[in-house]
Amino acid sequence: MSTPEEEREQQDVERAESVQTTATGRDTKEVDDGARWREAFTRAVSGGWVVSLGALILAVLAGSIMIAGTDEAVQEAFGYFFSRPGDTFSAAGAAVGNAYAALFRGAVWDFRADSFAMAIRPALNSLNFATPLLAAGLGVALAFRAGLFNIGGQGQMLMAAVGAGWVGFALDMPWPIHMLVAMVVGISFGALWAGIAGLLKAYTGAHEVIVTIMLNWIAFYLLSFLLATPGLLQAPGSANPKTAAMRDSAIMPDLLGPRYNIHLGFVFALLAVVLVWWILQRSRLGFHFRAVGLNPHAARVAGIDVERSTVYVMLVAGALVGLAGTTQVLGTVTTGFSYDIDAGIGFDAITVALLGRSAPFGVLGAAILFGAFKAGGSVMQAAEGVPIEIVLVVQSLIVLFIAAPPLVRAVFRLPQPGARRKPRREKKEAAA
Amino acid sequence: MRLELRGITKRFGPLVANDHIDLVVQPGEIHCLLGENGAGKSTLMNVLYGLYTADEGEVLLDGEVRHFRGPGDAMAAGIGMVHQHFMLIPVFTVAENVMLGNEKTHGAGRLDLEAARTKVRDIAARFGFAVDPDALVEDLPVGVQQRVEIIKALSRDAKVLIFDEPTAVLTPQETDELMSIMRQLKETGAAIVFITHKLREVREVADRITVIRRGTVVGEASPDSTDAELASLMVGRAVELTVHKDPPRHSENELVVTGLEVTDPRGTVLVDDISFTVRGGEILVVAGVQGNGQTELSEALLGLTRPTSGSITLNGEELVGRSVRSVLDEGVGFVPEDRNTDGLVGKFTIAENLMLDRTSNSPFVKGGVLQLSTLDQFAREAVEEFDIRTEGIEQHVARLSGGNQQKVVLARELSKDLNLLVASQPTRGVDVGSIEFIHKRIVETRDRGVPVVVISTELDEASALGDRIMVMYRGRIVGIVPADTPRDVLGLMMAGIPQEGTEAA
Repeated sequence: MSTPEEEREQQDVERAESVQTTATGRDTKEVDDGARWREAFTRAVSGGWVVSLGALILAVLAGSIMIAGTDEAVQEAFGYFFSRPGDTFSAAGAAVGNAYAALFRGAVWDFRADSFAMAIRPALNSLNFATPLLAAGLGVALAFRAGLFNIGGQGQMLMAAVGAGWVGFALDMPWPIHMLVAMVVGISFGALWAGIAGLLKAYTGAHEVIVTIMLNWIAFYLLSFLLATPGLLQAPGSANPKTAAMRDSAIMPDLLGPRYNIHLGFVFALLAVVLVWWILQRSRLGFHFRAVGLNPHAARVAGIDVERSTVYVMLVAGALVGLAGTTQVLGTVTTGFSYDIDAGIGFDAITVALLGRSAPFGVLGAAILFGAFKAGGSVMQAAEGVPIEIVLVVQSLIVLFIAAPPLVRAVFRLPQPGARRKPRREKKEAAA
Repeated sequence: MRLELRGITKRFGPLVANDHIDLVVQPGEIHCLLGENGAGKSTLMNVLYGLYTADEGEVLLDGEVRHFRGPGDAMAAGIGMVHQHFMLIPVFTVAENVMLGNEKTHGAGRLDLEAARTKVRDIAARFGFAVDPDALVEDLPVGVQQRVEIIKALSRDAKVLIFDEPTAVLTPQETDELMSIMRQLKETGAAIVFITHKLREVREVADRITVIRRGTVVGEASPDSTDAELASLMVGRAVELTVHKDPPRHSENELVVTGLEVTDPRGTVLVDDISFTVRGGEILVVAGVQGNGQTELSEALLGLTRPTSGSITLNGEELVGRSVRSVLDEGVGFVPEDRNTDGLVGKFTIAENLMLDRTSNSPFVKGGVLQLSTLDQFAREAVEEFDIRTEGIEQHVARLSGGNQQKVVLARELSKDLNLLVASQPTRGVDVGSIEFIHKRIVETRDRGVPVVVISTELDEASALGDRIMVMYRGRIVGIVPADTPRDVLGLMMAGIPQEGTEAA
């Protein structure tokens, strides 16, 4: 006999959070196989802070090993390891110590600088790098909270850049109107681009991961076309795939003068943190997002329009990623941009959102950390010859560890939640 | 084979699910494990079956200490388990399911299906089952699927058989058949552990009864104890098993359902031309074995599924074609059948769950902004009024026991201005103590003049709670009968056999 079984099964796949195995051992239920990835997803995006911290520590440790392994002095000392092992360890210690000191010097505080004003520069530089990561990370995190995996950051940023950039160089308005109009247009472009994925997901069931990836490519090639076509985005009189420079009236001004690399975009990103927190914790919209993210079935029964929520959350997420694209073209790269303006931030944002446990203030912390990695990584490379790729590997390792919380817990001997689980009680018990 | 559990202790964090439990099951005996949901019966059996590792204590078979690292070990040692929810693969045949996990092969890994078929036929013949080894499991009725589970256990030469709440999905008649199968198994010398919370079944088949409460054995009871005695042992205090209610006083409110038909996307008719009326101040119980269209009926009432034809009017307002939101706004309270899937967000706090379906207007939302202080106050009052046992309103509902979770759902639905209450399986997975409370609240709602539709698969609940009982079978109404209709008549109706003198559908 058929409850609408097929529909159920489909819903099961979408189940963000079925019932948790409670620590009490009562009502020990679990998601069914079809929803297993969904459970892993939920766990990865909303697990404990301890796991985030553990993942960070493990990744940095792994980074140390790589730094030591790629260091020439260490390799040399390792050649006679068995006669004088101490040399290897001291060389390794020196390599790692110097590398992380350089990282610190490039990211937080330049202890070799003469004045406070110079010593503080790296920290502000880190915040500057953190700005687009923060905005885009919030966009990804918000989608996570609603149970959606927004991999489309790249496309959303590119479209936002198209919108904001075109307004920025083609129109003529006084500051700050010009800047604000450019921002609004850019943010709207990002929102609409993500909204396409939301619409397709809500009303056709297309998986948002696939749709957003494809939209990335569409945005990329669309931008390439626009940049290569005179009269569209290409700077007049140039054959390069690059736009004209932004007009001064559209530019986000430096916050602390030209000596420091930080612009108004950072303030907007901070405001976005508060805004996202408010939406999630204090507004009906966010309540609906969270309910749909954690249990779409219960949300539907409670009269929440799950489809509409899906569209809305993608619009808001896209707007946030769009803010990242906007700060890129109006604040960071104001001399005109090309199709690489996203700088991989759309994907780094996923890492940032994961490390920040999809919580607004967590994302803030994670974005600043990653901004510091970016700022410090290049100094580390320049000063100590440590390849910057190691920083990227460390970032990737963080995600890897976060996606496998049991591994982190095992390494740090943390208790595994819900130890052993018994199979979930089937819902279609009487399907006969 | 003699099964003995000695001092089994199993902890989940601070909670002790099993606290030094001793249990002996002799061959040729049906030993009942009686206890409320959450008492620790299933945990104990999962320890025995190797799914959990005990923190303390040991399992002995014929006096010999055994360690099971998984169900495979337990099965090899002769322990078989018939799960509440069948562990069968629906698209496999009976024989394929029986051999699963224990496949005999010819050379080169070719499956020896014939051996499995023979085994199924042998065992079926021994117990007088009619089971076709080549039938697909998904085509079989529930009662037969359960027999496949039993055959599966017996095919591994199980000497100890554990039945975990086996009657939950059966009709009364199928339950009786299962009882006789259990007796036959007992005759062959098997040791049987029968886990249940249904008192009637216990008294019918048990040779010995062990009652578990809060993880400890609170005593043994003899099979000729009364229901009241067993219930008070289970709960730890005297329990009111009957529901006290006055004769209905009808109010103006009225739910009228006419010619309702619901089909699934493939066109299979799930609810077939159903018409009934519920007046304010009465409880209509929709009874029937699970999967006969009750779920779909309740979903249609709420607007979750759109009927293909027919109408639903509440106080003259047509509900068909409206969104769930607008149906709820008509003052419909809805207690879903599966609270964990459809009624609650496990990772939301109690307070958040209490406003889950009340976000469309004040008092909890004003101008799109949550009114948290109003909600907090409401949640505190609800916790108090509905006796929700919790550490506080900020606790996640996933951490509550089933009964307390259900009270959260009920508190939410009953605190609205109701014009209709639809409650599906309101006491499923709820402890006896809470059942009493929930029944009382439903009757109170009825006495306020609200029409109440209760969907229940439990005959006891239908008789106790209902003013009238409507029995459904294969999507149709078999009949609508008074609440005092005898059990066996209701049982036959649930099997689709209409009775003389009952109101025609």
